[in-house]
Amino acid sequence: MGFPILSSLILLPLLGAIFIFFSKSKSNAHLTSKYLALFVSFSNFILSLYLWHLFDPSIAEFQFLEEQSWIKGFVNYKVGIDGISILFIILTAFIAPLCIVSVNSTVKYRLKDFLVAILVMESLMIGVFCSLDLVIFYLFFEGGLIPMFLIIGIWGGERRVYSAFKFFLYTLLGSVLMLVAIISIYWITGSTDITYLYNLGIDAKYQYLLWLAFFSSFAVKTPMWPVHTWLPDAHVEAPTAGSVLLAAILLKMAGYGFIRFSVGLFPIASEYFIPLIYILSLIAIIYTSLVALMQEDMKKLIAYSSVAHMGFVTLGIFTFTQQGLEGSIFQMISHGLVSAALFLSVGVVYERMHTRLISNYGGLVSIMPKYAIVLMVFTLGAVGLPGTSGFIGEFLILIGAFKKSFLVAAIASIGVILSAAYMLWLYKRVVFGEIKKDEIKKMPDLNRAEIFILSLLVLPIIFFGFYPEPLLSTTEISIENLIEMYNTNINLNLVEK
Amino acid sequence: MINLNFIYSEIFLCLAIMLFLLIGVFKKNSSYLIYNLSILSLFGCLALIFSFPINISVELFNNSYKIDYLSTYMKILLILSGIFVLLSSSKYIQIIKINKIEYPILILSSVVGMMVMISSNDLILFYIGLELQSLSLYVLASFNRDNILSSESGLKYFVLSALSSGLLLYGCSLIYGFSGSTNFNLISENMNQNSYGVTFGVVFIITGLAFKISAVPFHMWAPDVYEGSPTSVTIFFAILPKIAALAVFIRILYVPFLNIIDQWQIIIVFLSIASMLFGAIAAIGQKNLKRLIAYSSIGHMGYALAGLSTGTNLGIQSSITYISIYLFMNLAFFCCLFMLRRDEKYFENIEDLSGLSKNHPILSFSLLIVLFSLAGIPPLVGFFAKFYIFTAVVEQSMYSLAIIGLLSTVIAAFYYLRIIKVIYFDPEKEIYEKNHSIGLKISLAFSTIFILFYFIYPSPLIEIIEKINII
Repeated sequence: MGFPILSSLILLPLLGAIFIFFSKSKSNAHLTSKYLALFVSFSNFILSLYLWHLFDPSIAEFQFLEEQSWIKGFVNYKVGIDGISILFIILTAFIAPLCIVSVNSTVKYRLKDFLVAILVMESLMIGVFCSLDLVIFYLFFEGGLIPMFLIIGIWGGERRVYSAFKFFLYTLLGSVLMLVAIISIYWITGSTDITYLYNLGIDAKYQYLLWLAFFSSFAVKTPMWPVHTWLPDAHVEAPTAGSVLLAAILLKMAGYGFIRFSVGLFPIASEYFIPLIYILSLIAIIYTSLVALMQEDMKKLIAYSSVAHMGFVTLGIFTFTQQGLEGSIFQMISHGLVSAALFLSVGVVYERMHTRLISNYGGLVSIMPKYAIVLMVFTLGAVGLPGTSGFIGEFLILIGAFKKSFLVAAIASIGVILSAAYMLWLYKRVVFGEIKKDEIKKMPDLNRAEIFILSLLVLPIIFFGFYPEPLLSTTEISIENLIEMYNTNINLNLVEK
Repeated sequence: MINLNFIYSEIFLCLAIMLFLLIGVFKKNSSYLIYNLSILSLFGCLALIFSFPINISVELFNNSYKIDYLSTYMKILLILSGIFVLLSSSKYIQIIKINKIEYPILILSSVVGMMVMISSNDLILFYIGLELQSLSLYVLASFNRDNILSSESGLKYFVLSALSSGLLLYGCSLIYGFSGSTNFNLISENMNQNSYGVTFGVVFIITGLAFKISAVPFHMWAPDVYEGSPTSVTIFFAILPKIAALAVFIRILYVPFLNIIDQWQIIIVFLSIASMLFGAIAAIGQKNLKRLIAYSSIGHMGYALAGLSTGTNLGIQSSITYISIYLFMNLAFFCCLFMLRRDEKYFENIEDLSGLSKNHPILSFSLLIVLFSLAGIPPLVGFFAKFYIFTAVVEQSMYSLAIIGLLSTVIAAFYYLRIIKVIYFDPEKEIYEKNHSIGLKISLAFSTIFILFYFIYPSPLIEIIEKINII
């Protein structure tokens, strides 16, 4: 066992947060804390890239394993990654510095606390993606509630208190059942170690209830219809950096959870509940797309579009095909980039106009041409136009779905059209048309920092749109392994019957 | 000749109490001195406990007094919390002018009573200990004589507590009548499965004990007494009697009455569920922090009882872990309350916390940690407390208890969040004073660090408690 690179990834932002929290704040100290936070999160990003470099995609097993006795004889601290989790870690490490850069204009007060919250959030989320023990996973998964609650509640908009409470209580309610399930797994099998459980397999008769308990947690977090209502509120009220974190990473924790736990641990139950997932996903895709069409608030529209996109993700996961699962992961990464970019873009105009209502905008193209261009890229990314990363994900998911069921895939395809409708209509109303208000004329175009952040997002969206290979090849073997494990379990179960 | 050296710690405290009384009589203005001496004497008592091997198990005085790992652990816990309580409240009692010599002496005598309770292996001795601690507590509750709320709470506590003691005594007499002995070991031997008299006796005893730990439906006194008593007494109420009562609960249920577990298990489960739900729901509407923490402590006792209801060693251990962790959370919470002082006045309403985070970042952060921990959010220590409890509960396949318990944590999270909202999201108010006694700072720092960083190395506490094997 060499250098504990995963633990360093988890600990580094945490140490940075502690350091910033205890540093004395002078008049200009906020700048120092900001640079420090940026430095910490950026070095974390470099470290994660280095991890990707070291990572061997041809091995199906978990790599970079670290194991440490924690609660003696009960739970071990165990982390490790495979081709699925590494991408999420890199995404997290990539988004966090962007959030920190973006606080410049969006966070007006208590900057230091905000940076602490973001860094703590980062370390918890990286922890979620690399923990290989159910209890450790739960710890990171739930721990994220605390900083996010504060981010929404302290720096949010007008209805921040309501949204923060809703976010917290919804997710907590979903998760407590998962805790019961985790404890039950411990008593059924004698371990909460995921690799051990993968090999052992859980008795089919327990799987259904356990699956439902995990589902209750992930469904809230994904969010799936009908428990998605916290998301628009939380997104709308959170400050820009908070929305970015929520959309780009927090939602992915549930998708990741579905792949790692629901499919990995309870294959038989997953097979059994496929219809449920399909129905909920299709409702999410169609219904929330229609809801998104009617939104007047930009952030709310993007929030609803997130629900629809995550509907594609859950659909893809439960096709249990190579394409479907790869597509889901790709879609999650892509959505992480695109939604982060869209929220940052909304943040840009919100800073200038202090309104998010679509009707207040119009005609930005002549005032802010650069902004219009980047927003175009992001809109097309959200629509899933070929050449952007959004396309690859949706396309793969639909291929996977067609293999399973024509009807489901056909209905899901309608969602693609709807997403084009609401996104392009949003773009049209904001960017084109007449200039209705005089204030718009005074709006300056993107400044250098904004161009820098947004172009950092434009690059991967287009790059992965044309050349998805790096991501796909990283996940390929792990997914093959997962599907193989799934199929053997299903066949075994059939034989037993 | 009985080996007296095993109870040196109790004897030492009794002698200290008498000595302090003498000092108080002969020396003018000695309250400050006696207060500090009391803290020292608790340290001495702790040292005496540690001077004996911890693993011994002896029964003294015709098997009526038991020193074993459980009693030793609970006593250490008790005295530690006694020390912290005294350390943190020294300035408070000066400012609200209840720094009489009797105050620390009453606390010490109550501690002696609790130590007797914890070690008792006989119904009579148990009752003596219980009354010693209760009588001291009645006086302590009404110690702030000029305050009408304090007097009311003392009286209320006295009347209700006397009633519950009566029930308890009646239960004891029934047990004696049907088993022919007051000694726990002998009761256990003579226990008859099918005797209604024994069942009634057990129910009465459980009632009396449930009153002491304020489990629903015997909780009515708690909110008023918590609110009315001086805060320095409330913190005492919130921690020490619960430790002692839980120890006795374990001893009584699992030594004499283990054979009839079918008959009392369902009662404990009911007490537990009722307390968890009631504590969570009733606290939502509260405005006074002390009152709110009273309801919250009702809920927390529900979780401790859930562990107790399992009938396994693991369940007992989880309950003891819970109370050990709960102690530090409560301690930290009250330390924060002691810091809300402005112009010689203490503030105890939720609205007084408004915008606290602006001017008191460290204090607010401690409160934040404590409240999230009380709500049971990982990775704070409160989560582990609940986690151990539910591990034990699920082991016995009591899923409904586990699910109700966890759902009530979600309800309870709401009111903890409400306080956090006031601290962090609301507009700021005037600054509170920042000069606090060093003891208070130490207590707060210690408990906050424990709450925050327990997750890094959770094994030691488990390993210590794992050695408690009653069954």
